[in-house]
Amino acid sequence: MMALKMALRSISSNKLRAVLTMLGIIIGVMALVVLVSLVNGATTSVTDAVSGLGNSMMSVTVSDDKGSPIDPALLNQWSERTDVGLLAPYWTDSATAHGREESGSVTLYGTTAAWYALQGLQMEMGRWLKTADIENHSYVCVLNNAAAEELMGYTDCIGQAVRLDGVEYTIVGVLYEEDGSLTSLSSGGMTVYLPYTSLLRLSDSLLGDVTRFYVSAPEGGTVDMAKTAITELLMERFEEDEEAFSVSTQDVLENAMSSITSVLTILLGGIAAISLVVGGIGIMNIMLVTVTERTREIGIRKAIGASRGTILSQFLMEAVVLCMLGCALGIFLSWAILQTVTTVVSSLEITFSLDGGVVLIAVLFCFVIGLVFGLYPANKAAKMKPIDALHYGG
Amino acid sequence: MIDMNDISKVYLVGDERVRALDRASLHIYPKEFVSIIGPSGSGKSTLMNIIGCLDVADAGAYRLDGLPIEAYSENELAAIRNEKIGFVFQSFNLIPKLTAWENVELPLIYQKVKRPERQQRVAAALERVGLTNRANHLPTELSGGQQQRVAIARAIVTNPKLILADEPTGALDSKTGQEIIDIFHELHAQGNTIVLITHDRDVAKQAERSVHILDGRITEVQL
Repeated sequence: MMALKMALRSISSNKLRAVLTMLGIIIGVMALVVLVSLVNGATTSVTDAVSGLGNSMMSVTVSDDKGSPIDPALLNQWSERTDVGLLAPYWTDSATAHGREESGSVTLYGTTAAWYALQGLQMEMGRWLKTADIENHSYVCVLNNAAAEELMGYTDCIGQAVRLDGVEYTIVGVLYEEDGSLTSLSSGGMTVYLPYTSLLRLSDSLLGDVTRFYVSAPEGGTVDMAKTAITELLMERFEEDEEAFSVSTQDVLENAMSSITSVLTILLGGIAAISLVVGGIGIMNIMLVTVTERTREIGIRKAIGASRGTILSQFLMEAVVLCMLGCALGIFLSWAILQTVTTVVSSLEITFSLDGGVVLIAVLFCFVIGLVFGLYPANKAAKMKPIDALHYGG
Repeated sequence: MIDMNDISKVYLVGDERVRALDRASLHIYPKEFVSIIGPSGSGKSTLMNIIGCLDVADAGAYRLDGLPIEAYSENELAAIRNEKIGFVFQSFNLIPKLTAWENVELPLIYQKVKRPERQQRVAAALERVGLTNRANHLPTELSGGQQQRVAIARAIVTNPKLILADEPTGALDSKTGQEIIDIFHELHAQGNTIVLITHDRDVAKQAERSVHILDGRITEVQL
């Protein structure tokens, strides 16, 4: 306690020098805290955007039905439950499509009416598949806009016919897909949606058993609730065999994001840590000067009975206090900068706030730096012989 | 109190060995007021350093208040200086950043004396040297005589066995110097043991007894 008081007094006796000494630490702490907080803020907002895309659903793949396959009627039954939202089975195949303009290979999706709401799709024109289309095995289809433009020449092609592997289908709708959006990235190319009943007839290779389907979160509930419910149902059906199926929520993208940002955080944090170490060397430099300047004081203190430990702790305390003051100032300035940035980019609706974790790391790091870089000068002071120190400089 | 037998101290100056103390012996008894007189270069400072446990002799035996000084470590010597010796230096040696009060308080802090007792003892020591009203001044705000009185207060605040004064009047005019010597007389009258080192015969002869040091050898003199 006494040492702390002495350290504060000694620092305050030369404020300009103290601030200049602390500058390295202040800048280092600011670099660390601001950079990491910025990355975290940006990550949070991007992650929110990604999860807004499709985090409300998950996909289920059945690899081994154990002799009791799922049929679409069962899915309908499951979708009545309150702990799951929409369920949409799907089958995929590919076919050669002949349009009015061009021919080409397309990806076929056979599914139900629920797919539209579940995937959060938007129509450019026309309508989505209806339950009646499914029940009647209708020869209707919905194109994505890439397919419409490529095959038909234009998107306004409702009511026109397209031949898929020679079978004629009526186009009832064209999907709106934003260029470069995540959905267009994942689907890519030309896609045609059919009632699954119709696709099963068209395709030679597909069976009527549901092996893949999407599930959405229940109204007012979370995906995890649906995941728990579906997993339970499937476990029961497939003889408690976890290997028979897989349920994956669409947080793969989020995982990728977070691994990228954690690498970024470590990288930036590492660079900032280097500047903190440089700041620490600045502290050591000034402490060495201070020890030399105060040789006589050290001599007096030793003469009247200060032990090595007392002198050591006095100078060590000074270095640590300098570091911690610099750290506090740095954190305060970081906070001010983050507030400013948040205000300036308020249009982006990203909030940058001090990250508690990184503040804690900064404080601990500064403490350690104070100790490590203060130790050598303090030890130099402590080792001085009282007579040499007393007679120093007259 | 001080029991020095055949103390030698040799310094190496360049290639030359300088015998600062040459088998010097000195005995000082409790409650004595002894002055050590000698010209500069006579080994005075070395003797003072060794008496004050700031330095250790190369040869010979030194017992301070019965303690064999050679046997102690640096930290133990610091504790001995703190408890048994009060230093008064020619150049005052106050810590410039601390007030008079804090300078006097410092040895008690090193003794880990509790705060209430510390306050009481610092106040008493400052009163004894007549500086109660100057307690909160920094050394730079005090005259030389006042600074030296603060130094004396710092020396006596621990109730040391020995007050060791090294040219205490050297940096003062003769009138102020005499005032300081008067304080030493008072302290002596109150039963303190005082060793005063000086090159000034007028100062030295005010002590009960004087010893002379020349070329590292000590002789008893009558002034």
